[in-house]
Amino acid sequence: MTASVAVIDYGMGNLHSVASALQHADPSVKVNVSADPAVIRAADRVVFPGVGAIRDCMAEIHRLGVGDMLREAMASKPVLGICVGMQAMLDHSQENDGVDCLGLFSGEVKFFGNDLHDAAGQRLKVPHMGWNNVQQDRAHPLWANIPDGERFYFVHSYYADCADEAHAFGNCDYGVKFTAAIGRDNVFAVQFHPEKSHTAGLRLLHNFLQWDGQI
Amino acid sequence: MPLAKRIIPCLDVENGRVVKGVKFLDIRDAGDPVEVARRYNEQGADEITFLDITASHEGRETTVHTVEKIAEQVFIPLTVGGGIREVNDVRVMLNAGADKVSINTAAIFRPELVREAADRFGSQCIVVAIDAKKVSLPGELDRWEIFTHGGRKPTGLDAVEWAVKMAQFGAGEILLTSMDQDGVKSGYDLGVTRAISDAVPIPVIASGGVGNLQHLVDGVVGGGADAVLAASIFHFGEYSVPQAKQYMRERGVEVRL
Repeated sequence: MTASVAVIDYGMGNLHSVASALQHADPSVKVNVSADPAVIRAADRVVFPGVGAIRDCMAEIHRLGVGDMLREAMASKPVLGICVGMQAMLDHSQENDGVDCLGLFSGEVKFFGNDLHDAAGQRLKVPHMGWNNVQQDRAHPLWANIPDGERFYFVHSYYADCADEAHAFGNCDYGVKFTAAIGRDNVFAVQFHPEKSHTAGLRLLHNFLQWDGQI
Repeated sequence: MPLAKRIIPCLDVENGRVVKGVKFLDIRDAGDPVEVARRYNEQGADEITFLDITASHEGRETTVHTVEKIAEQVFIPLTVGGGIREVNDVRVMLNAGADKVSINTAAIFRPELVREAADRFGSQCIVVAIDAKKVSLPGELDRWEIFTHGGRKPTGLDAVEWAVKMAQFGAGEILLTSMDQDGVKSGYDLGVTRAISDAVPIPVIASGGVGNLQHLVDGVVGGGADAVLAASIFHFGEYSVPQAKQYMRERGVEVRL
């Protein structure tokens, strides 16, 4: 039987690039973009993307019951969160005057601030937009064949601060050291956009599509 | 290592073909946009910008299909601009596979468009494009004004003030084309690039007038740009993206190799 991956579509942004990157990473996989719980349940793997403001994302997540779909998937199969999808997995975000998130991982989503500087005192622009180095905190099957310190494409004004060191798998530095990848058991999530990160991003998606959910 | 400065090849597309004008005139054909985009993707470009300069409505239908085809094959960020007049145009381009949409003239006529688009889709995907020309006379304090219609129509708007306002309205990035130089290959106008880079909290892409690799370095070092955009030096094979990155790295600019 053909392996399948479902991309949860809760109306926040265009998911075609996520879908086409997954398809490119493994031409044999069946990719479904859907908000139908039956489709998510039937898939072998689940991708939880997200783009835009957290308040709007959480509103749609609640309206469509995405939290339950995600918890059910997390109980049984590999799950990959991307960008705001990763942020929504944490406890809370400072964005939009403070929004409660799903609390699947402990941690807070914080604003980079309007007065951000690098170590040399150079002012840093927000959003953090472009290719930055991701340091791998420890080995993980999704890091397979990706060099430590590889650049990935980021675009975000809020960053994750993972509260449990055991769940931190990657970090990045932009005026502040922030969490770029979190994981636990069969769940992995990244702040950057693998679907926009060329060779390294496609490699990570390929690794996800091969992953049995074991660390 | 810090965030890399981005190298962005730009495809000016008219009726389904990549073209490049000198001072927005004198168009030369540079090929099929899907092929050209794929080539830059393979060369290690950090993003691709697609500017639709087609006037006709039929031509714009073609553009949506072209953007769809590029998005299926190119796994780096894609910005699409040209002819974006309302929120629905932004939606159509994002749905076609654009990661960011660039708004130019329409923002001048109705600045609220930028606010509406940023509220609806997020600042991260809204780029405001500014075409600026120096209007101060020699000896006067530098002043740059925004021009429309390929540099023919002055708007009376101060370019630096406008950039600040657009950032406040929710733009996530400024694409600054310094028009005196466009296509003439004498380099970016570093004065306006520096003035706007210093004035806004969001990233600035320098554009217009790149004739050699030193101009790219100048845009970052002298102009303070976060990204540099160029078209014809890449299209006609004068330089490749890896050559540009190597050159910049040798001069101390952080790039993704």
